[in-house]
Amino acid sequence: MSKPKVAFYWCASCGGCEETVVDLAEDILGVVEKVDIVLWPVAMDFKYKDVEAMPDKSILATLLNGAIRSTEQEEMARLLRRKSQYMIAYGACAHLGGIPGLANQFTREHILKFNYEDGPSMANDKKTRPQLVTEDNGRTPRLPALTNVVRSLDQVVEVDYYVPGCPPTPKITRAAVTALLENRLPPKGSVIAPDIALCDECPRKATKPANISFREFKRPHQALMDPQKCFLAQGVVCMGPSTRSGCEAACISGGMPCTGCFGPTSRVRDQGLKIMSSLCSNIEPKDEQGISAVIQGIPDPIGTFYRYGLAKSLLRRKVNLPTD
Amino acid sequence: MNIMETRKNEPVRIGFYVCHCGVNIAHMVDVEAVAKYVATLPNVVVSRNYKYMCSDPGQEMIQKDIREQRLNRVVVAACSPLLHEHTFRGATEAGGLNPFYFQMVNIREHNSWVHTDRLEATRKAMALARAAIQRVPHHKPLEVKKVPINPDVLIVGGGIAGIHAAITMANAGKKVYLVEKEPSIGGHMAMFDKTFPTLDCAMCVLSPKMATVGSHPNITLWTYSEVVKVDGYVGNFKVTVRRKPRYIIEDLCTGCQECVANCVYKEPKFPDAFNLGLGKRKPVYMPFAQAIPSIAIIDPEVCLNFKRGKNPDGSYTVSDKCKKLCVVACGDRKAIDFSQKAEDKEITVGTIIMATGFKTFDPRRTPYYGYGVYPNVYTALELERVINASGPTEGHLVMRNGKEPKRVAIVHCVGSRDENTNRWCSRVCCLYSLKLAHLILEHTDAEVYNFYIDMRTPGKSMEEFYNRVAEEGMHLVRGRVADVYPDPNDTASGRLIVQAEDTLTNRILKIPVDMVVLSVGLEPRPEAEDLRRLFNLSCSSEGWFLERHPKLAPVSTFTDGIFLAGCCQGPKDIPDSVAQAGAAAAEAFSLIDKGYVEQEPNTAFVLAEECSGCKSCIPLCPYTAISFNEETKKAFINEALCKGCGTCVAACPSGSIVQNLFEDQEIFSEIDGVLAPLPQ
Repeated sequence: MSKPKVAFYWCASCGGCEETVVDLAEDILGVVEKVDIVLWPVAMDFKYKDVEAMPDKSILATLLNGAIRSTEQEEMARLLRRKSQYMIAYGACAHLGGIPGLANQFTREHILKFNYEDGPSMANDKKTRPQLVTEDNGRTPRLPALTNVVRSLDQVVEVDYYVPGCPPTPKITRAAVTALLENRLPPKGSVIAPDIALCDECPRKATKPANISFREFKRPHQALMDPQKCFLAQGVVCMGPSTRSGCEAACISGGMPCTGCFGPTSRVRDQGLKIMSSLCSNIEPKDEQGISAVIQGIPDPIGTFYRYGLAKSLLRRKVNLPTD
Repeated sequence: MNIMETRKNEPVRIGFYVCHCGVNIAHMVDVEAVAKYVATLPNVVVSRNYKYMCSDPGQEMIQKDIREQRLNRVVVAACSPLLHEHTFRGATEAGGLNPFYFQMVNIREHNSWVHTDRLEATRKAMALARAAIQRVPHHKPLEVKKVPINPDVLIVGGGIAGIHAAITMANAGKKVYLVEKEPSIGGHMAMFDKTFPTLDCAMCVLSPKMATVGSHPNITLWTYSEVVKVDGYVGNFKVTVRRKPRYIIEDLCTGCQECVANCVYKEPKFPDAFNLGLGKRKPVYMPFAQAIPSIAIIDPEVCLNFKRGKNPDGSYTVSDKCKKLCVVACGDRKAIDFSQKAEDKEITVGTIIMATGFKTFDPRRTPYYGYGVYPNVYTALELERVINASGPTEGHLVMRNGKEPKRVAIVHCVGSRDENTNRWCSRVCCLYSLKLAHLILEHTDAEVYNFYIDMRTPGKSMEEFYNRVAEEGMHLVRGRVADVYPDPNDTASGRLIVQAEDTLTNRILKIPVDMVVLSVGLEPRPEAEDLRRLFNLSCSSEGWFLERHPKLAPVSTFTDGIFLAGCCQGPKDIPDSVAQAGAAAAEAFSLIDKGYVEQEPNTAFVLAEECSGCKSCIPLCPYTAISFNEETKKAFINEALCKGCGTCVAACPSGSIVQNLFEDQEIFSEIDGVLAPLPQ
């Protein structure tokens, strides 16, 4: 019997997710033993036509990381969906839009203008921008187009499972791969991580008081942090209460608050809204002036509460922006 | 199978009914078009319009359809759920369904009454109806729980309204706690001389009722006390009452006042609050002759046996510097206790009646009338004391300079019907001004001028009273007084000029008078806002406690089990205050006599498996229904305390608190429905 086929692919991502697969260390050998890797651009050489030539559904699973923000990525996502039995959104960007999703605060024009003209480190007197089609020595290279809106994978194709995290931890990855190979998969559409918020497994849980009320918000570099005490109890925004657990509180153990990369629990439609609702309800001043003084401590609310989830949130994108 | 349950996987079958409400809805909403549109929506089996859905035939129509069309969901588009949700839930239940398979759409208060474009209003009604149609399939059968009710009642405020409510409840055999802030009950009424329109002596009417309160076996009277904490819910309020120290042991004081007579101060020296500072009292005093309870009180601010000034915690330190002749006079009764401290009493009651009254407008806010500047400008309440036989002048109408006024001006609507102060009519000022004019004429030979904007005398026997006193020889000038200033030709006597335009003759009048009486309006008490928070009430924009519905629930509040009586709800005269107090008592009584309260099942609950124990919800609950279970490290909601406000549900950062009738799926479906495109 031939080994099951697995594909890895990356779209708009930083490469960290690829790194995690390697982080499986010797366990990767176990995986390689059990499967045939039919596509892994970061490590091996495959061509588009190789994938195109495969029969539909011939790949057991594609683990796709990165958000979808160009026509090429969209095309690859659709192609791999067709070729795979399971499409797995791997990592926060494929799951929720991730960091690239923050671009949804701006228009495409805004982004291109800044990056090719206005950026402080930019020297581009001719204001040259990448062209979709160019002529070069008789060749006609083509570039994929950026879409107006960055999307999570499931906003483009049907997704069977999600492996959360920025990046997913080796433990979470191992659990997902094992579930896949042993055919012990949870119901379709599941996020393969515990469905309870991070506080549950946080080593600082016991130090959170029951009567928390915020007089100010600080960022971790603005004060000397007590390494034992709940970040929220110290006035630092921690996304833990609204973020799925499973990472074993990795950031918190490293002395930084949770930034929310595992996304919301299955019961929450919008992670950012939920944590805002929770924190704001517990702001001590009740008058407008006092409240606005407290929230001054959060200079970038989108970047704080929607760091990974903007594309998938109810806010989703700049008003009235079409996808393409 | 329970008839109330809908079988799982049974297809949803919705009956939709849109009400004309006579023409209330139908004149602005094309109800037929709405019914026709809804008939096209998924799961809708029946879609009808009817003139009065709340009528018996309307309700029977629903029941018949449930039975014959095998409906398992019901949606009615009509008035506010506040009015008829109960009615239609009842009809749904009578038809054999769980009442919570019903959903109401408000297309009257939220639509026909507030819009002027029939086409747009109709489209809005369609969108709102669609929201309900998409929501109702997610409804689940819920159960109304019954919670026993504590039969004891708390009445806050010992004015005439509180007194009447207390006696009514106590006579019916209920145990009443009457809490009054001042050292004696009686309120404003105890300060009045006579009452309109009958001109009977206020104290003659009031003092027997005060005495009844004082001696009634079912009434626990706590004066000089304030409510400091309210927890719990209808049927089971836990209330903390702080009893301020009066330095007299209530059980031991006989009211003989020998302590007062023997105080080291031979003469009264300190302004007497009951007489609005027009008279004097000693550091130990009886608030007034007929005070109930008839117990003296010591003012630690001025008593020589205390150090001057309050401690930071509000208490006073005994100096022991006085000869304490009062203690000697008290003798074996041993009623004086300088070491008395504030004491908190915790009680449990099932119902609460708020009768916290009003304050009179402070005329310093209308400086052009010279109150506080010219000694001969009085408020109406001050005149009540001056003219009262037990007042500081023993009923002789003399001014601060000891002279009897020859000419008196009464200025109506001070702090009422005025853009710059209070916009409302205080309802009693015209009549009490006429009464005061009558009393001045009775006591003196003075000329009396009443300056009024409009003479408002509604109510039984009031117009007759006006006609009667108007014929007694007073001057009635229709015009708002613009200015009161000293007579430039006679600066020595304190004579004042009252300037006003007589709007009937179009002349500017400048009338010299000796005394000006300002008919000050009624205002919410300054502590009303604190009380509102404490008791979780709503206030109108003016600051009066808000009744649940002006016509259908005029003494109820939005907090179940708390009722309103008297002027805390708005200005009113004594007969109306007493009537309202009776109504509040009846409402409280009907609740108590039923024996239990039905609890709306729209409560929240924690998904125990899913809760991460982050504690975000714990401090938010206004009903302190949420606690943290130290064993399981999870939050827990006491269903009996939950009022379904939804605060914790919104704030739970991991979506692990769910509220019945407001589940996410229900709300998102509703939003999808209201935003769905409508046919052109």
